[in-house]
Amino acid sequence: MNHIAPGARAGIYHYDEIDRQFVAERVEQFRKQVDRRLSGELTEEEFKPIRLMNGLYLQLHAYMLRIAVPYGVMSATQLRKLSAIGRRYDRGYGHFTTRQNLQYNWIKLEDTPAILHELAEVDMHALQTSGNCVRNVTTDPFVGAAKDEVVDGRVYAEILRQWTTMHPEFTYLPRKFKIAISGAESDRAAVRIHDVGLLARRNDKGEPGFSFYVGGGLGRSPFVGKLVREWVAQEDFVAYLEAILRVYNQYGRRDNIYKARIKILVHELGLEKFTQEVEEEFARLRGPKYRLDPEIVEGVRQHFAPPPFEELPDHSEALERAKAADPAFANWLAVNVAEHKAPGYAIATISLKPAGGIPGDATCDQMDLVADLAERYSFGELRVTHVQNLVLAHVKKDDLYDLWKRLDAAELGSANAGLIGDIIACPGLDYCALANARSIPLAQAISARFADPLRQRTIGELGIKISGCINACGHHHVGAIGILGVDKKGTEYYQITVGGDPTLTTAIGDILGPAVTETEAVDAIEAIVDVYLANRSDESERFIDTLKRVGHAPFKERIYAAD
Amino acid sequence: MPLIENGRIGEDAWSFIPDGEPVPNDRPVIISFERWQAERDSFDGRNAKLGVRLKSGTLAGAIAADLDRFALVAVEFAKFRDGRGFSTARELRERYGYTGEIRAVGHVIPDQYLYLVRTGFSSVEAPEGTNPDSWANALTEVTIAFQPSLDDTAPLSLLRRKLKVG
Repeated sequence: MNHIAPGARAGIYHYDEIDRQFVAERVEQFRKQVDRRLSGELTEEEFKPIRLMNGLYLQLHAYMLRIAVPYGVMSATQLRKLSAIGRRYDRGYGHFTTRQNLQYNWIKLEDTPAILHELAEVDMHALQTSGNCVRNVTTDPFVGAAKDEVVDGRVYAEILRQWTTMHPEFTYLPRKFKIAISGAESDRAAVRIHDVGLLARRNDKGEPGFSFYVGGGLGRSPFVGKLVREWVAQEDFVAYLEAILRVYNQYGRRDNIYKARIKILVHELGLEKFTQEVEEEFARLRGPKYRLDPEIVEGVRQHFAPPPFEELPDHSEALERAKAADPAFANWLAVNVAEHKAPGYAIATISLKPAGGIPGDATCDQMDLVADLAERYSFGELRVTHVQNLVLAHVKKDDLYDLWKRLDAAELGSANAGLIGDIIACPGLDYCALANARSIPLAQAISARFADPLRQRTIGELGIKISGCINACGHHHVGAIGILGVDKKGTEYYQITVGGDPTLTTAIGDILGPAVTETEAVDAIEAIVDVYLANRSDESERFIDTLKRVGHAPFKERIYAAD
Repeated sequence: MPLIENGRIGEDAWSFIPDGEPVPNDRPVIISFERWQAERDSFDGRNAKLGVRLKSGTLAGAIAADLDRFALVAVEFAKFRDGRGFSTARELRERYGYTGEIRAVGHVIPDQYLYLVRTGFSSVEAPEGTNPDSWANALTEVTIAFQPSLDDTAPLSLLRRKLKVG
């Protein structure tokens, strides 16, 4: 196999021969499994979980292949390969997902072994991106760069990636299992809507440890993760998770797919009993076998050493001049650029949400451009966010204007990170076999309605999240405005919820009133925004804060007045 | 049914006696956990080896106190997708220190064989007509593991290691 080396400075885990051998063996194993299916040795029922654990779904119109991007971090070389695959085997684009992965929606089954082979050339694969196993661990897209970071989540996400890879005990769980880690003061990883959400922090001595939240999740029974243990020391990090998974594997329900997630187990056992089971298992597991050796942690940490930052003044004259000269850039700077811990650097979010566009989609040309820009401006590395955008985490302030001009020329310069145009949408009925309604056209219509960047900025922080069915892949429960597609006698309707929150103050939104049609939905969103603008105490009061203060009544009245 | 041991089809010295049928005293037999619970006194003084078969919903703790009575524990997989048995075996070994044979019975596929071995199983009862090559291959096709398991005792200080093949 031709191995293509990633850029040495990119903050990714760099494979060695053992890692490469493993992926090569898995690719070969899957090829044989496909043969055994074709020969009839494996039944369709037996093949299905195997196919899923290799990232291959059967969708409405075609196979979908989901590629793992561990904790959403990849090198420019890897992105270029994803682009090449999209061009050759798909329709010239790819779709970035809420699990910080990338999926291709138009794959031919017979092409998959070749695709997996090409991915392996750049140390990538599609393993465990589906199936009832531990999925790709997600983390803060600003990891290693954010000014408010306390612990580097990549290190522990990588340890978990390894530990959960082909875990012999936890590959046939009751249901899928999702873990997120945040190591900063602001939660940009939505940890409390995960099966296990980890907040990495430090004690008085500066030692890292973790708060464990368990049983969060959306879907048809949304729950906010509950605090099971306030402090788990680094050396017990793996043992504690092993204990949680063992309790879940034994006691999680297997009689009903809709009640099989760990959130239902925690809910049915009660937090106290669940915690007691975990603690008992943990007390016994604790010991040399499951102790996470500090040397291992250090070894992994070296993969994520800071890139060679230049010593720069924090203030950039070039940036100030550009800001003064170009208001569109100034707006993007205010909305899409975050503070970096290194002086003179900044974190830039590349919006994949152009007005009227499909959230999370990128053409192969756009991917190539971002790969080039990552090499030119951000040490050859980029991140995928759980809100389906991309991030260049280490950009010199001096370079921001050049970066933005290049992005803007490729329709990647939208200034809407965190604003109303930054919509999360699941693939919906356009692709998905489970969906009741389409999500994408509605997302397009809403973002077109609010296309004006200045209007978006005036409205301020307001996340819209759209799911095409109750499985909630579009996270509608935690949208400040959530939209759920439902089917009413063959017609698509949309139920609106308000007040959801994916950050540490996690909240599940409340249903505002009866479902509305697609056309009505866009007007209803605009009406909600108008009511908010008319009622907010001042510009700093966010939508969800106004909602808390004034309640649902004024919003309901406006939308449903005619009924 | 073919018995798979160490990647090969082996001799099965054991037979399962369905509930209600008489239990022979002169050869190794496996009885159901339910029968054990109902008739345990009748096995006092038995000299031939005894094994017990656990349904997938019967977890290791249920049999823990009686493990010294059994030379074999058969763990049933109602469906291959029901992975409780992996934890049952591991609990039997790690938590309750069981050193006898642990056998996977029911619906198990070769693609799970490596996982079974790594969680403490000694043997698998495979369906009639199974392809022996698939079982043999299952132990050698992936040679790298990322976590400690029952077939090796080294601590986690090596996250990645090569498995002993064969």
